[in-house]
Amino acid sequence: MKKNFTLTVFEKASVCRHFENEVFKRVSNREINFPVYLSAGQEYAPATIAGIVERKKIKPLIFGQHRGHSIYLSFGGNIVKLIKELKGKKDGCTYGMGGSLSIHSNEINMFGHDGFMGSNACIGTGACFSSKKPTIIFIGDAALEEDYVLASLSWVSKKKLPILFVVDDNNYAVLTKKDDRRDWKAKELAKAFKITSFDLKDDPKKIYNNINKYLFKKPMLINIHTNRIFWHAGAGKDKEKIFDRYLQQKKLLGKRGEIIDKKIGKKIKLLWEKS
Amino acid sequence: MGKELRDTIKDITHRHLKKFKSQVFGQNLTGVGWVAGTLPKLFEKDGVIELPMADVAGGGIVTGSALMGKRPIYIIRYQGYNWFNCIFIVNYACKSNEIWRMPCPIMIRGIASEGSIGPVAGSAHISIVYKMPGLKIFSPMTNKEYINTYKKFIKSKDVFYISEHRHSYSNTSEFKNDIIGKKDIILMPISVTRFEAEKAKNELQQKGFKVGIIHLVNLKPFEIKQSWVKAIKKSKFGVLMTDNDYKDGILRVLAHKVYEKTNKNVSVIGLKDKSAGHHRKVDNLPPNKNDIVQMVKSIIKKK
Ligand SMILES: Cc1ncc(C[n+]2csc(CCOP(=O)(O)OP(=O)(O)O)c2C)c(N)n1
Repeated sequence: MKKNFTLTVFEKASVCRHFENEVFKRVSNREINFPVYLSAGQEYAPATIAGIVERKKIKPLIFGQHRGHSIYLSFGGNIVKLIKELKGKKDGCTYGMGGSLSIHSNEINMFGHDGFMGSNACIGTGACFSSKKPTIIFIGDAALEEDYVLASLSWVSKKKLPILFVVDDNNYAVLTKKDDRRDWKAKELAKAFKITSFDLKDDPKKIYNNINKYLFKKPMLINIHTNRIFWHAGAGKDKEKIFDRYLQQKKLLGKRGEIIDKKIGKKIKLLWEKS
Repeated sequence: MGKELRDTIKDITHRHLKKFKSQVFGQNLTGVGWVAGTLPKLFEKDGVIELPMADVAGGGIVTGSALMGKRPIYIIRYQGYNWFNCIFIVNYACKSNEIWRMPCPIMIRGIASEGSIGPVAGSAHISIVYKMPGLKIFSPMTNKEYINTYKKFIKSKDVFYISEHRHSYSNTSEFKNDIIGKKDIILMPISVTRFEAEKAKNELQQKGFKVGIIHLVNLKPFEIKQSWVKAIKKSKFGVLMTDNDYKDGILRVLAHKVYEKTNKNVSVIGLKDKSAGHHRKVDNLPPNKNDIVQMVKSIIKKK
């Protein structure tokens, strides 16, 4: 793994974190008054995957779910366009139609979500099947339980498609925990479908080391454990104390981390004010 | 003998696969009678894709294919499966152009059939998807109508639902509207009921009734031509619409649209509001010639 990978991922995560903090403020003061799905605490999953893909110079098809700000930003989506989208403007990335849930971007090949959890698994599978283009499907740990997602996994395996499923596992379906919903693990499920699978924390190095070699060479599923800092929807906190990967990585990077964090924070604040 | 509709569909499909490097998706395509002879004998390498028995996911897979510009054809062998097969099509593909400016055209071939086949596989079921924006619905029963519908599809960015009927596959002739002169009543039949409506019209005419007929192919958008409005307004007793879907579905909606334009009485006769059993005695069949004749007589008598 090259040295500056951690830094690249941190920068991406920093953009996501500061973006979400700005949204949080605007949801709190009701400047934004439709449902918003914040991804703070979970940014290391998309940021790391985007970092790996970037290194490989691959531009995959991206099928995100409703919690998509960090996916869009990590894969290089235009930040101003997302701000405008959340402000309901016509020149937003989804022409003011998508809000927070349905982010779309032709520039980065990100396909909007329809609001049915897990639909992106089938649609992404079909897109990959017909185009044979490398494809990433992000789904939540709950969406993975949808019967049609399981059916998609089965077909992806049968057709040996170049797809990476990223299960962004924050443990919750709204507020219902995984333990109350199922007794199987994503990794075991994928294995049953003969899909190479991993169960990892949102540690960028670990993710890189596990998936880098065979990415898009065969179907893969990676379950990444993350922590949702804010409410399922809207601006609030379910818990005060929660492990925060971003802060941990910032600390690890020391002074450099602090400088990046400050610089990006300032820039994003300004962009929100100007856009 | 003219060309049967099934051969026209087969030819269109063959050309479509070649011209657009497209794909035909569906279940049990290659094994079971090549969907009643409407499908060329081709396989995955040629673009005929066998979907697994995952009906909900299947519609999503087809949607993904359409997003990639493949203009796929999706065969739903019995329209009752619309409940599962169409979820992602009507909620994603149909909205894609409007919300994301990503055209996602799919040609759905939903096949209706009936007669001792039960409540799921029997009859048409387009009413359940009818209300969704971004969907166009056609029900061609003849060669010309099918070719015209297909031509519209290849120019369109929308999802087309072609509501077919097994009975029509052997059809070699075309239908003609009859709205000339002052009619007692005008029939507006849909899908397979068009065959029976023609028979009913002949019988009623022989008995001295003046019966017009307007064959309905373009169901959504539903365009009511000015010449139809004139003829209906001129008629004594208005319109009888017939369909092989439940009468409280699309049929009532279309009937209301006709009423809005003409202010004439529009009656409907479709499937009854009951579940079909499998035996002939307990089936729920679309109106046949006799049903239509009876209904016309009762409308005329009432007035
Ligand atoms: C098909 C469907 N069922 C239920 C819902 C309601 N719903 C919205 S988000 C959500 C939880 C999703 O959890 P997960 O997939 O883990 O994603 P997360 O919200 O944790 O990011 C549910 C149940 C929905 N939108 N779509």
